[in-house]
Amino acid sequence: MIKARVTVTLKNGVLDPQGKAIEGALASLGFDGVGHVRQGKVFDVEIDGADRAKAEADLKAMCEKLLANTVIENYTIAFD
Amino acid sequence: MKSAVVQLPGLNRDRDMIDALTKISGQSPVTVWQTETSIPDVDLIVIPGGFSYGDYLRCGAIAARMPVMQAIREKAERGVKVLGVCNGFQILVEAGLLPGALMRNTSLRFVSKEVLLEVTNADTHFTRAYEEGQIIRCPVAHHDGNYFADERTLASMQDNRQIVFRYAAGTNPNGSLSDIAGIINAEGNVLGMMPHPENLIEAAHGGNDGRGIFASALDVIAA
Repeated sequence: MIKARVTVTLKNGVLDPQGKAIEGALASLGFDGVGHVRQGKVFDVEIDGADRAKAEADLKAMCEKLLANTVIENYTIAFD
Repeated sequence: MKSAVVQLPGLNRDRDMIDALTKISGQSPVTVWQTETSIPDVDLIVIPGGFSYGDYLRCGAIAARMPVMQAIREKAERGVKVLGVCNGFQILVEAGLLPGALMRNTSLRFVSKEVLLEVTNADTHFTRAYEEGQIIRCPVAHHDGNYFADERTLASMQDNRQIVFRYAAGTNPNGSLSDIAGIINAEGNVLGMMPHPENLIEAAHGGNDGRGIFASALDVIAA
């Protein structure tokens, strides 16, 4: 079985109100020197078989079709 | 004119929508469940508001991939009118039937209140009952109504007059780009809006400013 991690993040220039709120909360906890914080999503996906190239192609299709909204989000795929 | 209301798990404004369509058109809409692969012959398909699939992943993301959406896409391509309200708007955007994306409100709060809308294009199938520039009241109730589109998309929507409703008089409740409350596709038959016109159609609602959208789409504008 192949294990992959898909990370979805907001594109540059897209406002992230949740990241901003987290940024403010970190400052209020006394963490100095924290710059911008952007919130994203992580998906750990298990795929049957051992064909990594096919798994990567499938994961790309999954990202394009569902896991990411490519209007506002980028994605990266990493294998364990 | 005949209409249909789409039903998906988690949508909760379907009965309000059915009620509004029935009162305004004089006939009950047919209901279409998410697994249907075809839609009866109607003039208007409505996707109501709610929290389809619990807003999991992104609002409207899972609903937009259900079989009924392919049927709606085919109808829309043939010119059938499609209206998405609130979660319905989010679903249309996620399905790619409308441009842009709807993000978390900048306040990070769920907003449930009345806003003012400017009808910025009264020359559509959905807004003929209004005057250009008319300000109408309309309730909103959402957590993710913050409309976003990249600069090029926004410019082309402006050129094509696809922005149909804007929040007026400083009532933008969600940080939406350019105060956008509702947009239409380039072909002019698919409209999405965050506010709930179905909840302001009769005296019992405290007004009927929302009625014109249904009266326009259902062709029952009083002479």
